[in-house]
Amino acid sequence: MLLPSIAAYDAIHGETVLSSDNFDEMYDEAGETRPAYKDYCEWYDEQPTDLLKRKAKDADESFRRTGITFNVYGEDEAEERLIPFDMVPRIITANEWRKLTRGIEQRVRALNAFLYDLYHRQEIIRAGRLPERLLRNNDAWLPNMVGFTPPGGIYTHIVGIDLVRTGPDEFFVLEDNARTPSGVSYMLENRETMMSMFPDLFSRVAVESVSNYPRRLARSLAACAPDGTIGQPNVAVLTPGIYNSAYFEHAFLADQMGAVLVEASDLRVVNGRVQMRCTDGYKQVDVIYRRVDDDYLDPLTFNPNSVLGIPGIMDVYRAGNVTIANAPGTGVSDDKAIYSFMPEIVEFYTGEKPLLPNVQTWRCADADSLAYVLDNLEELVVKEVHGSGGYGMLIGPTATKREVKEFRAKLEANPENYIAQPTLSLSTCPIFTKKGLAPRHLDLRPFVLVSPNGIDITPGGLTRVALKEGSLVVNSSQGGGTKDTWVLKD
Amino acid sequence: MLGRTANGMFWMFRYLERAENTARLLDAGMRMALTRDAETAQAEWRSVIATSGQRAAYEAEYDDYTGQQVWNFILRERANPSNVREMFGAVRMNARMVRTNISSEVWGAVNESWMELDERLSRPIGPNVVGDVISMIRRAGMSVHGAVEGAMLRNEGYHFARAGTFIERAESTARILDMKYYLLLPSLGHVGSSLDTGQWDQVLRSVAGASAYSWLNAGNIDARGIVEFLVLDDRFPRSLAFCRNALRVHLAALAKIHGAEGECNELMRQADMEINELTVEDIFDEGLHSFLLSFIARNTAIGTAIGEDYRFLA
Repeated sequence: MLLPSIAAYDAIHGETVLSSDNFDEMYDEAGETRPAYKDYCEWYDEQPTDLLKRKAKDADESFRRTGITFNVYGEDEAEERLIPFDMVPRIITANEWRKLTRGIEQRVRALNAFLYDLYHRQEIIRAGRLPERLLRNNDAWLPNMVGFTPPGGIYTHIVGIDLVRTGPDEFFVLEDNARTPSGVSYMLENRETMMSMFPDLFSRVAVESVSNYPRRLARSLAACAPDGTIGQPNVAVLTPGIYNSAYFEHAFLADQMGAVLVEASDLRVVNGRVQMRCTDGYKQVDVIYRRVDDDYLDPLTFNPNSVLGIPGIMDVYRAGNVTIANAPGTGVSDDKAIYSFMPEIVEFYTGEKPLLPNVQTWRCADADSLAYVLDNLEELVVKEVHGSGGYGMLIGPTATKREVKEFRAKLEANPENYIAQPTLSLSTCPIFTKKGLAPRHLDLRPFVLVSPNGIDITPGGLTRVALKEGSLVVNSSQGGGTKDTWVLKD
Repeated sequence: MLGRTANGMFWMFRYLERAENTARLLDAGMRMALTRDAETAQAEWRSVIATSGQRAAYEAEYDDYTGQQVWNFILRERANPSNVREMFGAVRMNARMVRTNISSEVWGAVNESWMELDERLSRPIGPNVVGDVISMIRRAGMSVHGAVEGAMLRNEGYHFARAGTFIERAESTARILDMKYYLLLPSLGHVGSSLDTGQWDQVLRSVAGASAYSWLNAGNIDARGIVEFLVLDDRFPRSLAFCRNALRVHLAALAKIHGAEGECNELMRQADMEINELTVEDIFDEGLHSFLLSFIARNTAIGTAIGEDYRFLA
């Protein structure tokens, strides 16, 4: 017996189309498989039902055994959860990917130039293209980065650009993650899992490899070592420790890169250098890929009451003797109010029109926009400008009357703290369920590496998928899952 | 290697050893209690609690000693901060911390064992399953050691792991022996008088040495034979002599890797002088209890010195 695929999915899909009118990446309106999924669907139709069901269970078990879990903040500290993995890949054609990478590269170039400018002459503010208050109100803004240029002039060494799709050629940037994007370990482990579950599949479909990402990351970070580093630079991954929700990823990346995984307590400043405590004494660290927030870097600079961090590391940094990736103060550009200016920012620094559009955004700080947003709360998505992880937001169409009412009060009290966007009809792609394939909404986070040698985008990324029918929230902390992301070879 | 990582390797294996030894102790106690009258059984369970060092914590909770109460306390109860479930949690926590320094086989063995045990120990353990749970704990130890043996680089981390194993094992054997020392009759004059063979069988079982001992001693259980076996016989992997020999090898390997000896190597040399050439007579002359106390103190001092020499914490 074959699992119901096209026919059954059509039925499910048919209803979905009627109710929400979204773009499905696997099937077109006539129920025909789109070219990207043609080879995959042929293979899928040949698989016996029981095999697929068993494989779905195996995958879950294998993730649990390898310990790929994340901790959910706000829950029992000891609790670790699996991010559900769906075994139907999300597929992007070579042609689509080429277009995307051009847009991503342009955006990342602009982001770096923007950060450099913000911490130097602030031309964009002088030119009247960005209101100065956006910096004043931005918690991630670091005055002590002003006038300082990080090694190689790079601010965002690792960037995750969150994309959503609404049509055949309609990709939008939903969010820039220039601070510390996470999730790349899922990109890698999802592929590993797919390859071990369905080895024959990869001989039938030619998919670009993602497995060399850790090597590319190591190379990219090494290229950002401070001037005067002798020999191969020592690279360390700085983690808040085993209770952090992304600890698995920190350990995984350090392991794959051949870097040392350190906590702040392993590091100290000796003779103007950052050194790590080893069994045979202190050893110099040249590049720190930090996965801790700015606030936890240096208690001397950021938070004198904190016992966390490495006292004096910012002095070493400012003396040019260590590279911190991403650079402190980079989070300033993740702010959603700044996001709303990204089209202007891209144009200002590259002299080109943005290749990848933003999602239309109303800044509630503007009186006209605020009035519009208040009038249309039921149709909009409203987000805090500093929020992340899908928290502190209102999704108008699915919110209860009471939630809307409460949010309205918050919005009126502090409009500058919010932006609003239309509820996009995000594209769907099927997930594997007990009853067969069923469409779910998804997004995409490609990972971008930046060094003086250039911008390097690994063909693939993290596809997050809402597992609940009709849900638009894909965050893992709120019940989202992930998929392997395929970029097809030409 | 980071000092913190060395610390994690060392303690991961100490906790693993501790969990396994606790399971063996429980196993031996159970066998003993099952074959005795109620009053003796009560005394047995009391001795199991005392040997595991949890007497105060136990008596703060309970007034009497029954099997089910004792094994649940030792295996899983929150009132006992060093229950086996917690120990295994500590094994896994340390393994997580040193994740980049152990092979995926070792991590897999730890994680799988932990998943199985943690789930099993989340519910009270009844008399029909306690045996299975104990086997599960022993198997967990075996599978991690097996993964280390077959799939781990013989680098610094390996030697810290092994040092942790043997420091903990030596301490455990010494404590078990010490708990029963009054039964051993502290002078040689009593050698040959009838001993409670059941008690001694239990001591041997709790260090997995019952059949090895019978094989070596043709079934004769006497104080001299048992002390010789558990302290001085360097063929038995849980004897004090064996643990010392193994520890010496791993500390020497660490010194070689680092190109210099530390305080721990010096303490090791002094310890060797004490135990080399030692006979059972010497031990009884000194008094078994006092011998064991100074052995444990020395063992602890070596452990502390390893941490200082290799910058575990500072």
